[in-house]
Amino acid sequence: MTTETLIWLIPLPPVLAFFLIVLFTNRNRALSHSLAVGAAFLSWLGSMVVFFRALSTEHLGEHPFVSSIPWLATGDTYFRIGVQIDPLSAATLFFVAWTVLMIFIYSVGYHNYGQPKGDHDRPGLPPHGATVRDAHGHEHHVPSIEPMYSRFFAFIGLFAFGMYTLVVSDNLLTLFVGWEIMGLCSYLLIGFWYGKPSARAAMIKAFITTRIGDVFMLLGIAYLYSLTGTLNYREIFYNEEVLRHLAEMPSYIAGFSAAALIGVLLFIGAIGKSAQFPLHVWLPDAMEGPTPVSAMIHAATMVSAGVYMVIRVFPLLAAGYEETHHLTQPMLFMAFIGAFTALFAATIALAQNDIKRVLAYSTISQLGYMIAALGIGGYVAAAFHLITHAFFKALLFLGSGSVIHGMEHGVLHTGNHHVDPQNMFNMGGLRKKMPITYWTFLIGGLALSGFPFVTAGFWSKDEILADAWAHAPLVFVVLALAALLTAFYTMRQISLTFGGEPRTKEAEHAVESKWTMTLPLVILAVFAVAAGWVGIPEWMTGGAIPNWFHEFVGGTLLNHPEALPFNVVPLLTSLVVALGGLGLGLFVYRDIRAGASDPMESFLGAGLYRLLKNKYYFDEAYDRLFVQPAYWLAGTFTSLWMDRKVIDGVLHWFAYISGVIGEFLRNAIDKPIVNGFGDWVGESAKKLGVFFRPIQTGRVQQYMILALFSIAVFTALFYYLLLTAR
Amino acid sequence: MQFPLLSFIVFTPMLAGLLILLIPGERKTEIRVAALAAGAFALALSLWAYFAYDVAAGGYQFVERYNWLPALGISYYVGIDGMNAPLVLLTGVVMFTGVLISWGIDDRPREFFAFLFILATGVFGVFVALDLFMLFFFYEIAVFPMYLLISIWGWKVTREYAAMKLTLYLFIGSVIALVGALAMYFTSGLGTFDMLALEQAGFSTAFQRVVFPFVFFGFAVLGGIFPFHNWSPDGHVAAPTAVSMFHAGVLMKLGAFAALRVGIMLLPEGARFHMPWIILLTLVNVVYGAFIASVQTDFKYVIGFSSVSHMGLVAMGFATLSREGMLGAGIQMFSHGVMTALFFAVVGMVYDQAHTREIPQLGGFRKFMPVVAVAFIVGGLVSMGMPGFSGFVAEFPIFMGLWNAKPSWLWANYTWVAIIAAISIVITASYIIRIIGKVFFGQPPAEFDGHIHDVNVLDKVALVFLSTIMIAIGVFPRLIVPLVQSGVDNVLRLLGGA
Repeated sequence: MTTETLIWLIPLPPVLAFFLIVLFTNRNRALSHSLAVGAAFLSWLGSMVVFFRALSTEHLGEHPFVSSIPWLATGDTYFRIGVQIDPLSAATLFFVAWTVLMIFIYSVGYHNYGQPKGDHDRPGLPPHGATVRDAHGHEHHVPSIEPMYSRFFAFIGLFAFGMYTLVVSDNLLTLFVGWEIMGLCSYLLIGFWYGKPSARAAMIKAFITTRIGDVFMLLGIAYLYSLTGTLNYREIFYNEEVLRHLAEMPSYIAGFSAAALIGVLLFIGAIGKSAQFPLHVWLPDAMEGPTPVSAMIHAATMVSAGVYMVIRVFPLLAAGYEETHHLTQPMLFMAFIGAFTALFAATIALAQNDIKRVLAYSTISQLGYMIAALGIGGYVAAAFHLITHAFFKALLFLGSGSVIHGMEHGVLHTGNHHVDPQNMFNMGGLRKKMPITYWTFLIGGLALSGFPFVTAGFWSKDEILADAWAHAPLVFVVLALAALLTAFYTMRQISLTFGGEPRTKEAEHAVESKWTMTLPLVILAVFAVAAGWVGIPEWMTGGAIPNWFHEFVGGTLLNHPEALPFNVVPLLTSLVVALGGLGLGLFVYRDIRAGASDPMESFLGAGLYRLLKNKYYFDEAYDRLFVQPAYWLAGTFTSLWMDRKVIDGVLHWFAYISGVIGEFLRNAIDKPIVNGFGDWVGESAKKLGVFFRPIQTGRVQQYMILALFSIAVFTALFYYLLLTAR
Repeated sequence: MQFPLLSFIVFTPMLAGLLILLIPGERKTEIRVAALAAGAFALALSLWAYFAYDVAAGGYQFVERYNWLPALGISYYVGIDGMNAPLVLLTGVVMFTGVLISWGIDDRPREFFAFLFILATGVFGVFVALDLFMLFFFYEIAVFPMYLLISIWGWKVTREYAAMKLTLYLFIGSVIALVGALAMYFTSGLGTFDMLALEQAGFSTAFQRVVFPFVFFGFAVLGGIFPFHNWSPDGHVAAPTAVSMFHAGVLMKLGAFAALRVGIMLLPEGARFHMPWIILLTLVNVVYGAFIASVQTDFKYVIGFSSVSHMGLVAMGFATLSREGMLGAGIQMFSHGVMTALFFAVVGMVYDQAHTREIPQLGGFRKFMPVVAVAFIVGGLVSMGMPGFSGFVAEFPIFMGLWNAKPSWLWANYTWVAIIAAISIVITASYIIRIIGKVFFGQPPAEFDGHIHDVNVLDKVALVFLSTIMIAIGVFPRLIVPLVQSGVDNVLRLLGGA
């Protein structure tokens, strides 16, 4: 099979699985998950083949694998849609394929495959557990299978299809198609347990918030298409003439070139999808979905898609940067948003107690790193961090799911359903109960913190810091501070969860998860370490090993970016913040006893702590600033006042006035004058009748006499007139 | 002589309606079967016209012309081009599905179908008319049965009011348009109502600028343009389901199409002069309709106001006077027609079972009627402009048109219009998914237990048919884009190249 054909086929298995499950196999759980996992495996296989063929292709950047078909005639030309694998998409394909496959396998265990049906489980609510009776007649509470098991696999199949479509696409339109499919699936999956009001609210919030970004992106795409007549990557982003033209062309908004305006519009799309400030609010709430979905959204697919898109269109964002060496407007915007988000989200993560929420905020923060890196021109660094982050964040989410599962086991055992299995203060000591989860989570956590030299996170984060040091010292300071906080809250999380002694009975009875859940953890842990080795800077090894990743992905750009020379400041900073943060976290949280309050509270002071815990009150502020005014505008102003009072009011007023005029006409003219006239005519006729009544005797003879008399009179008159006329 | 296809299309419904009137009123099954046969026949004919139209050749095809009142220059003159061919098909589709979902009508079905079909004849007639007088003639045929259909079979609470409001608005609109049309007739000096001849009449710029608003707004009232939109949600809500489908699905297109055919195409200079401010009205339509839809609690009012919003996009596309904008508007007329027909069908089905349309009191319909839920979600995705569905194929060109348009005065460009209109798409998404979340996925009230039944197979056929059309166009836009493009090129020729 040619590579091009294979690329076309990569996205298809999951969508086929989606349709097969929805239409045919949704009653059979084993068949449904086999279809979904099998499809994910096929896509994975195709991706690996394509990836390794891409590796062995010389100058893939200049001559990527492309294939396209005409889709829509626009005037004389055809709009073509197609697929393309260049170094950037090959690398992306690699991590997407691995993480997606692992998440699919993990989901089998996560949704309790093989367990009995719940006692009173209902579709739309998480499984509550089942009661089984063993041979001795003892009752046991065990986890129960997810009531909508098959549906889950159908949805994540569609989700994977969206991501694969986005990655292999060769143009912005099909990218947008994949983008929107994921938006839809995230809506369906965040609200998977739609019986919970909080899940319903979260699904709507996620969809609407990302949609705000989407429509701006759509505007950007429409603008780009109307200027260039194409949306193909190679024809725009790798075409110096088009880029220069766009960069020089003034846009409709003063001070912005067309390239800058399009770039900003497209970037707003990424703000929504990758949950950057100020559209970050949906992502933590997205934790309402099942944990594999969180991993899917937060690591493998959706949020990565935003950054991937921005990396894709980077040549447009940076149009003019090469010549002037001044950051372009979109780049400045990105550097600001990215750096701010990185720090801002990290501070919130400090005060969260829900194990998944901490990870959610760390995702937002890490995505901020990537955006900031792009903003200062660190193209390769951003791509590098995107990939390593995908691995270790998928690992961490799946690991947290495993922890929650273990805790739920404990909850079922004790029967105390008031214990929140996601609250880290209810955990503790899990390292002994769940060793595989512990070790893999530790590796993931260290990678996230950038533990020096071994973990993937260190190399990618270090590269971003080095870029920032070289180009924008202010960004460097912000990002370094954020890295310190990251290491700290990660160690806080690990210590609270796994360290010390169990703080609740439930934690004491936690058990390790099944192999379907732990195997993906182990595999992802390997990548969380090894994925970094492909991008070790050359100064590190003295040039003995070339920086493969830089060479490979850097080749995507027209002008191959220079590798930065060695600089001791960013390296030392990386070391200090990572080790310092980890050490501090371990020191503070190494042994928290049951019932103890969070040391963070006394350290930050109650006010600041509450501010962070409540995420700077963004949800409340948005509600006051946007949601409520919008409802007021819609409900009170537009609907009631304008539509019903003013417009209908005018109409009804006209109707009323017509009525008044009608009444007037009726009472003042119609009745006295017209009617009066009519009545007068009628009355007169009546009177006339009465007047003539005496001659209506009813006797024929009298009539005859009257007739003859009349004829005589008229004849006489006639002749008289005739004679006088002569 | 070639087969008079268009005449068959136009008069089939009316003949069928008259024949149905001959069937004794109590033989309801026969009446329904006859109606369905007529609907299927009209659909088949309109499909034929749609697919037999030769895009490469362009221009008006299947033309028929017979003198009617030669002394006044009135003739029976019909033909289709890229602009009206999709609308003819749309009418066939809505007529067919309208009959399918009206199977359950038990109150005088004979008269109901007869009136509905006479209405259909009027609609077909307007779409294919090439003679201005004919156009008005059929227009009135289309509007009048609406009054009877709403006031006899409508929702008891508001039907009198709504029917009266609708009829008055539309008649006043048509009278105003008629004033403009007669002005054209007398000023041209050609002594003909032939629109192709009037296109070449060479009206002076001053004349066009004065007359254009009469013609445009006269018809745009029926297209639901702000601030003359208020007849439409009230009308939609009061009308029985099939009539709402016709009403929002087809009748509103009648207004937009006539505003294009008579307003923009006969008075291009007038259009160029007035559109830069009219586009503001259309922007109000888009945002305002979406806003109001988002706070309605009555399911049918939500859909009614969403029609106001989406028809605003149609008018906005036309108002750009650019190639892409008008292309998008042309597709949007078709796409929205199918979508809103589906929406009203769904509302009707939900109401028939739940006996309420108050969204807070609904829930759980995903379980009760799964096909309906999926169909509504498909329609919702269309209305949000999701790629892969017909709504995207329509809205994307409209936004491109906004970027591309060169207003003749008042604005340098429509950037802000584009941005504000885009935000309305978010509002659209918010009310659509709120409905999906509540009505279909929400917790059903206890009193629904055992009282809600799934829809019958005819309803499902109708919904699947409508959904399929929207997906087919979304995935294979070439089913419609080249056709509408050829129609737009014709309009652009009149607008002077552009």
